[in-house]
Amino acid sequence: MKAPLNEVRLRFLSRSRNEAFIRSAVAAFCAPADPTLEELGDIKTAVSEAVTNCIVHAYPDSLGWIAVRARLFEDGLLELTVRDRGRGIENIAAARAPMFTTGGAERSGMGFTIMESFMDLVRVRSAPGKGTTLTLRRRLHSRETSPARS
Amino acid sequence: MEIRWSGEGRELTIALSGELDHHTAKEVLHTLDALMEERLPLDCTLDLSGLEFMDSSGIAVILGVYRRVYELAGAFRVERVPPQAARVLGASGIDRIVEIRGEAVI
Repeated sequence: MKAPLNEVRLRFLSRSRNEAFIRSAVAAFCAPADPTLEELGDIKTAVSEAVTNCIVHAYPDSLGWIAVRARLFEDGLLELTVRDRGRGIENIAAARAPMFTTGGAERSGMGFTIMESFMDLVRVRSAPGKGTTLTLRRRLHSRETSPARS
Repeated sequence: MEIRWSGEGRELTIALSGELDHHTAKEVLHTLDALMEERLPLDCTLDLSGLEFMDSSGIAVILGVYRRVYELAGAFRVERVPPQAARVLGASGIDRIVEIRGEAVI
């Protein structure tokens, strides 16, 4: 991969009020790539799902740090990594399955399904007790260069 | 998040506005639980036209209301869904369980 055009790193506590902040920050970071409203909505949703997973599952009984790195490449590729040092995932395949949740009636179990539907790539690396790193990629199709998609 | 409701007797329309995510859903679930218990609606509509953002937390909220109305053998529908929330509903497949009527006009 070539060097990114731009990159930001954000580190924040696993407080649920940070969900709105982080998805807005990532959307603002993408703005120079001129994404469509649909692309922006998809990215905000995926970020919200990823960060919610860290808050609910990585740090269920405590506060911990979540690190988000956003990189934008020349060809419009957006890559996001969301990393925690929390509980980790025992069974990644089960966690990714639709309707699977350990979060009770408050959660739908659709977070991974939605991320997979909205992103071109969703990669999960996790070790129980050590934490999880999620990588999300989505190619943005600028309204200038491909009007057919907007 | 703002929750408003209207309707007489066993008819209830609930309108949600703002950003519905994991942070705000806790209060929404709590408020709607109490409201459903008090009103026991047989005809219930959830109007999402005021939502500026919704993630999968919204699916849990919709399913919570749906289950309560289903127990009462009532009718339930989700109305006027904004485009971003409609993408989330579509990806989740909830439209196969719950009646979705029309998208919000923006």
